[in-house]
Amino acid sequence: MRIVIDAEKCQGHNRCYSLAPELVDVDDLGMAQVIDGGIVPAGSEDKANLLVANCPEYAISVVE
Amino acid sequence: MTDTRVRTAPPVIDWATDFDHTDPVWVDNPFPIWDDLRKRCPVAHSDRFNGVFLPTRAEDIHAIAYDTDHFTSRAVVVSTNEPIAVAPIGGAPPITSDPPFHQHARKILLPAFGPKVIEALRPRVVELCHKLIDDMEGRDVVDGAADYAQNIPPAVIAHMLGLPMEDGDIFRTFIHNTLGNVDAPPEERQAAFQQLDHYLDGHLNDHLENPRDDLITFLQNAEIFGNKLSFEHVRGTIALLMIAGIDTTWSAIGASLFHLASTDSDRARLRNEPQLLSTAVEEFLRAYAPVTMARIVKEDVEISGTVLKEGEWCLLPFPAANRDPEAFVDADQFVIDRAENRHAAFGLGIHRCLGSNLARLELSVAVQVWMERFPDFILEDPSAVTWAPGQVRGPRILPIRVLERAY
Repeated sequence: MRIVIDAEKCQGHNRCYSLAPELVDVDDLGMAQVIDGGIVPAGSEDKANLLVANCPEYAISVVE
Repeated sequence: MTDTRVRTAPPVIDWATDFDHTDPVWVDNPFPIWDDLRKRCPVAHSDRFNGVFLPTRAEDIHAIAYDTDHFTSRAVVVSTNEPIAVAPIGGAPPITSDPPFHQHARKILLPAFGPKVIEALRPRVVELCHKLIDDMEGRDVVDGAADYAQNIPPAVIAHMLGLPMEDGDIFRTFIHNTLGNVDAPPEERQAAFQQLDHYLDGHLNDHLENPRDDLITFLQNAEIFGNKLSFEHVRGTIALLMIAGIDTTWSAIGASLFHLASTDSDRARLRNEPQLLSTAVEEFLRAYAPVTMARIVKEDVEISGTVLKEGEWCLLPFPAANRDPEAFVDADQFVIDRAENRHAAFGLGIHRCLGSNLARLELSVAVQVWMERFPDFILEDPSAVTWAPGQVRGPRILPIRVLERAY
């Protein structure tokens, strides 16, 4: 599973970063950045799905 | 801050055709009004304030927030005043700015409000909250709004901006005049804005002579396209950060304490399961979102069958979007461990609340410290609770009886 962030849609709410800083980082402007190309470590799939479900801008998705 | 003027606006009879967001019925409890309108009139209209529209469905509120072609942000507080500021900069950039200028004014500010920079303020906020509770020693009944919530954001934002920490009362007066007193005569509002400008002029000039490590000096040195920001731009932004950074968060903290004080089950759960703080905070933000934004219609546009007319106001009630059953399961219920919570308390799109990380930090710490020190408490007198009128909603009088002190 891989996390994909749509930089056009991300407005820097930081919901993902506050939920899972181990999966998503932020840049100096507070915009979300994937870590390690977005690869979701085994066992963190539910957490990744939670990030998708909490993004107010629908900017995060996961791909298999 | 109590409004001592006598209300002259007539009471609202029909919310679909004559609503007024400063009406005492709305101020006391707007939720049934929104629930009703969502079903029978998803975009309401009122002739008050020279014409204002009110969408209540999440889908429509989202669409308008993203639509910078048909809506301008050059004024964001619905009032009796004709907005005089001119797009695209507006009087308080970037909240009053439109694209493409908006992104430049916003980008300057984003680094100062990023989550890692804001997290560094945590010890300061923790200390402040404990100090406020220390000051309540010996009292069984305290005011969660006046003694606690209203004092937290001014001290933090004053520190960040570089304004005197002891000027909290001055800030709150400006906030009352700009956000609370929206149905005051235009000349009265103009005079209030002039007082605010005058106050800030003194501090801005002092910073020009004595630069320091704060946001005022930072903005005075910032550039867009190689040019320094105008004096008016800096002043407008500082006014924005002061006003938007204070009563919004004060309202969120107060509403959260109101909920806990009036809901035994949630208070007990948060006490017994403090790890629920993060979902509780997001649910406070969803269920009691303080901020309703506004736009001006730039060009006629149809939303859910209603044509919004150029030049009229449009309220953007994010709190109503957060209560839309089409967008949330059990939208009218407070679910303290709600795992999926795509709320719009901080707005959506390019104008997402710049200070959202700061607000979330202050709210989390304020609730956490309060629960640690006062593990049990109830509303002393529910009928004595008052809510702020206008576009920022939160308790202004909140008498709470402390039933248990931890230390």
